[in-house]
Amino acid sequence: MRKRNWFSRYAGVRNRGINPDGFHVSQIKFYLILLPLSVFMVLPILFIFSSAFKPPDELYAYPPRFFVINPTMKNFNDLFSRMSGSNMPVSRYLFNSVMVTLVAVAASVVISSTAAYALSKKRFRLKQALFTINTVALMFVPIAVTIPRFLVIHRLGLLDTFWAHVLPVLALPVGVFLLKQFMDTIPNEMLEAAQMDGASDLAIYWNIVMPMIRPALATIAILTFQAAWNNVETSSLYIHGENLRTFAFYLSTLTTTATGANAVAGQGIAAAAALIMFLPNLIIFIILQSQVMSTMSHSGLK
Amino acid sequence: MRREGSLQRWWTREGSAYAFLAMYALLFLTFIAVPVFAAIALSFTFFDAIQPPYFIGLRNYITLLTQDDIFMRYVLPNTVQFAVIVGPGGYALAFLLAWMLAHLPKGPRTIFALILYSPSMTAGVAMVVVWRTLFSGDQIGYLNSLLLNWGLIQEPIQWLYAPQYLMSIMILVTLWSSMGIGFLAMLAGILDISPDLYEAAALDGMSSIWQEIFYITIPSMKPQMLFGAVMAIVGAFQAGAIGVMLSGSNPTPRYAGQLIVNHIEDYGFFRYEMGYAAAVSVVLLLMVLFFTRIFNRLFATAE
Repeated sequence: MRKRNWFSRYAGVRNRGINPDGFHVSQIKFYLILLPLSVFMVLPILFIFSSAFKPPDELYAYPPRFFVINPTMKNFNDLFSRMSGSNMPVSRYLFNSVMVTLVAVAASVVISSTAAYALSKKRFRLKQALFTINTVALMFVPIAVTIPRFLVIHRLGLLDTFWAHVLPVLALPVGVFLLKQFMDTIPNEMLEAAQMDGASDLAIYWNIVMPMIRPALATIAILTFQAAWNNVETSSLYIHGENLRTFAFYLSTLTTTATGANAVAGQGIAAAAALIMFLPNLIIFIILQSQVMSTMSHSGLK
Repeated sequence: MRREGSLQRWWTREGSAYAFLAMYALLFLTFIAVPVFAAIALSFTFFDAIQPPYFIGLRNYITLLTQDDIFMRYVLPNTVQFAVIVGPGGYALAFLLAWMLAHLPKGPRTIFALILYSPSMTAGVAMVVVWRTLFSGDQIGYLNSLLLNWGLIQEPIQWLYAPQYLMSIMILVTLWSSMGIGFLAMLAGILDISPDLYEAAALDGMSSIWQEIFYITIPSMKPQMLFGAVMAIVGAFQAGAIGVMLSGSNPTPRYAGQLIVNHIEDYGFFRYEMGYAAAVSVVLLLMVLFFTRIFNRLFATAE
């Protein structure tokens, strides 16, 4: 009996095909392809970790070594004790990045979800047309309209303000799209029942809909986080003073000016900064990954 | 009096919907709709950012098609090559990977998905540090050191400054980081297909894996396939800055990695020919539209 259990566990029909419960011989071929490929994919990321902790002699050793031998915090100390061109400590860039990202994520969750609520659950004449416009806007390539965007931001007097970082990131068609698709799965009867009981629109949105779409909200939070945290353009195009620029921008200056006298120090510092850029992305995605996956099953474009 | 009444009735019926939409609509108009229409409008003008723009009709487009040698000889072929390999190529790769992942149990699947997805999070800036070191032109560069060690090359190669290699490296790097939310959507789509469909097909005598993919998997997840396609195409065009980031200069060495996005930047921000740059932007948006329409045909769900 036991043996049969063991056997059915590894050779049973349930473990063949899509979404199996356990291991099956037929999966070996996939492992054989995926393992080498993911090693290749993960190498550059391991490289950031490794380089960030390398002392200078290892960064410039010949032949180069991939993994660090004597890890040190020197690069991080150098990074934070460094002053930028205009005598501003690096921590200021980091502070700006954190503020911009926090505000952008919070605002994006509210703005996208209110819009999605209207598009999914309210009845009004332009509903279908507006949703179609948003769907077409999924194809929008922001980089194509850099110049008119700059002109708009200039006209609105947003140049050199904190909001120049935040506002452009908030127009996120894919966020509204995903939230709307997810909200469509909430049965209308539920909201109608609440309405009968005299709940206001705002109460329905906040007390009923918002808790039910948490996975989708997590996804929007991640998308906005990535858009805001990794953004270099807003700092380089819309901000002239250093004191409002972000960490991503600072990192980009390190990689473009890391030549000449500063090159040796520069590479270690850049690696440390790159790790600081990357880690929050990774941590947030790991925490929220199951929520993201359940949102994605509603992501279909019809 | 009656007008006011109907307005009031409209407001009680539809007002709250518009109230909920208002914030997003305002941002959408300001940062997406207005810039797109401004680009279209500017593309018919001469505008140097100092004097107000004046109308010159189709002249920007005519110049683009007949006189812009760099555009025709380098930028357009480069962009098409890059977009076709990174867009549809990356898309097919994402589907295959998602399909393979779906055949693994949850634990390993999550780990692999995380590894494949994580490059797409780093988005450019952070990774330039890595690519610059790996492809560094001296013998300390990892690739050069490896190849020298194996005796495959005699002299270190200036990977990022050599016109014949830059494009391949750009494509490799972009593909590496292209398993984004489109990939996750397809993975979720494959996992959502009911196992009954496969069982029924097996009973009907469907045997090969390819039959299964083309007759069951893809048709059952067309919406996710389309979403993935749109994300892949937008990603491919949006990734245009990579050549400039890698080589550290715009224009890229002998225009080898010059994409349409860099061409816009070159004219808009370095030569201040904003009207002309706007015309190029419009061409870029049309290219995205064109690519998406092809996929739309492929995966349109009958409704």
